[in-house]
Amino acid sequence: MLSIKDLHAEVDGKTILKGLSLEINAGEVHAIMGPNGSGKSTLGHVLSGRPGYEITGGSVEFMGKDIFEMETEERAHLGLFLAFQYPVEIPGVSNMEFLKAAVDAVRESRDEEAFDTVSFMRKAREACTAVDLDQAFLKRGVNEGFSGGEKKRNELMQMMLLEPKLCILDETDSGLDIDALQVVANGVNTMRAEDRAFLLVTHYQRLLDYIKPDFVHVLADGRIVKSGDKTLALELEEKGYGWLEDEVA
Amino acid sequence: MTDLLSPQLNLETEVPDWLQARRLAGRATWDNSSLPTRKTEDWKYTSLFPLQQDFTAAPVSDASATELGLDLPELSGSRLVFVNGHWREDLSTLTSDAALEVVRFSEADDEQSALISEHLGTTVPSAKHLFAMLNDAALTDGVFLRVRANSKAQHPVQLVWHNSHSENTFISNQRLLVLAEHHSEASLVEHFSGSDNAFTNGVTELVLGPGARLNHSRLHLESPQALHIGGLHARLDRDATLESFHLALGGKLKRIDIVINHEGAGAHCQLDGIYLLRGNEHVDYHTCIEHAVPHCTTDETFRGIIGDKARAVFNGRIHIHPDAQKTRAELSNKNLLTSASAEVNTKPELEIYADDVQCAHGATVAQLDDAMLHYLRTRGISEEEALVLLSYGFINALVETQALDSLRDYLKPLLADYFGATAGAAAEQCANLTRHIGA
Repeated sequence: MLSIKDLHAEVDGKTILKGLSLEINAGEVHAIMGPNGSGKSTLGHVLSGRPGYEITGGSVEFMGKDIFEMETEERAHLGLFLAFQYPVEIPGVSNMEFLKAAVDAVRESRDEEAFDTVSFMRKAREACTAVDLDQAFLKRGVNEGFSGGEKKRNELMQMMLLEPKLCILDETDSGLDIDALQVVANGVNTMRAEDRAFLLVTHYQRLLDYIKPDFVHVLADGRIVKSGDKTLALELEEKGYGWLEDEVA
Repeated sequence: MTDLLSPQLNLETEVPDWLQARRLAGRATWDNSSLPTRKTEDWKYTSLFPLQQDFTAAPVSDASATELGLDLPELSGSRLVFVNGHWREDLSTLTSDAALEVVRFSEADDEQSALISEHLGTTVPSAKHLFAMLNDAALTDGVFLRVRANSKAQHPVQLVWHNSHSENTFISNQRLLVLAEHHSEASLVEHFSGSDNAFTNGVTELVLGPGARLNHSRLHLESPQALHIGGLHARLDRDATLESFHLALGGKLKRIDIVINHEGAGAHCQLDGIYLLRGNEHVDYHTCIEHAVPHCTTDETFRGIIGDKARAVFNGRIHIHPDAQKTRAELSNKNLLTSASAEVNTKPELEIYADDVQCAHGATVAQLDDAMLHYLRTRGISEEEALVLLSYGFINALVETQALDSLRDYLKPLLADYFGATAGAAAEQCANLTRHIGA
């Protein structure tokens, strides 16, 4: 589904990704862990097509297509979803307007019929309940004045409504209390499917207590330096990242 | 000086003596003045060059509403329509309302004439507003709206000033005097629309008695090359409340002066405005709130979106006189530039001569936020639709606070279409770009 080969990328002239390679197949859950500054968030931004990130080498194919040939919205149409570490506040645009616009755009690109207003409202309300967010949030400006946890739940709600093929969660667990973490984990676990893959980018092992990954990768200095199964995460939790850096060196 | 008055004097109209006196006084001031230049501080960013041309008198038009392309909000209540400044009874609807008297100056009875002559011009200091003097000098008719004391109007009153297409560029004179007597309540919508080949010189005066409440909207929806110099002048007596909403879509030259005088303690004014410019349009809002007495409050918010090579000017002055203790006044002006060649000159001016007051003012100029745009696109929303959503979102709050539901219902699709069309979309695609607004 996603094939990253020897990816190099830089921001403001500073090289962040230095030959990252990763294969993700449908149905799999991958976790990427790594210390601060290792390039975890950059990976998500590069895959989403955020302006300011320059690709200096390597290739990324998503659903068999060269991702760098596509606009940001075209990647979303194809099923790429990035849950932001810091979701953006958009005052003046209501959450409902935003969600309907997004779902309509994605369904349209798949030649699926748009939901009528009433059935969409019902779906949106269900999604709200599923992420334990009050329905009043649908009427507020997108993420406007939401707490950190509410923003993350809002990201999850978008993910549920958009039904993407590949869900990248960029430190969605950061800053969440245990209840909120469980809400996020339940959401992801409910959405796990044979034709859907997840890439969990996280700093902490605790998320993986709730979402069992098939693979765990360690990112350091812009490359994946070690891959393993979920026991690798536990090992990292116990020993920290220091031993790996020593091992790589 | 460009001859802006004489084309308007050819009209063979008999006017009452009290009106004639005002005309002559206006003419005397006008004849002894010269047009302001860019060296005049108040006109620093707005050139009157577009007025350097030959104007004719406003032609009488008998075109139908369809031929004129009138597109008006469906408000209940009276609607007075003027085309090229001339009264059009056939397009107007007058409904009776015990709280209201609506009459043209030319039709006023003795009591009404006395009230008009008592109040007309009292809100406008002559020397400072030259175009108001031109308006006086050319005055043949106007509208007088009286809201009776201790009564509430059942329906909003709508005044439409539309200019039809004409071979020659003409001048039309618009005048409205509103007298809201003590403890009266009413809503009023002023609507300006129409032709590129017209210069409207408009003056609206609002006189609010003690405890009066007036909801006022002034919509400038003229075509992109229209010329308009207008003034809204208001006097608020004690405990009066004025809510005034302004919308201007561009014009070749559009200059609106809004002057609110707090003259009685406890008066409140909420002043909101939106200006949207594209192409080579030019809109200039000059607002001035005079706090002459204690315990008055002002909330003023203007937002503008400026694209292409358009230029906007916003000058917001709040003047707190020495006696105006316990004043609370807030002024905010935010601007969004959607092109590198767009320009805005914004200047909030606070002049405070009292020591026990709460005042805040701020102005910002920004471009569309890349992070917002990217966020929307990562959700599959096209760049064009994202631009429309963000632009609409920038001014949405001011539309939502409109007290008249029927006006909100009219403005929302109108503004959505404006942003859709600004995104460069053909009509069919435009609907696609705006369909989620208000979902």
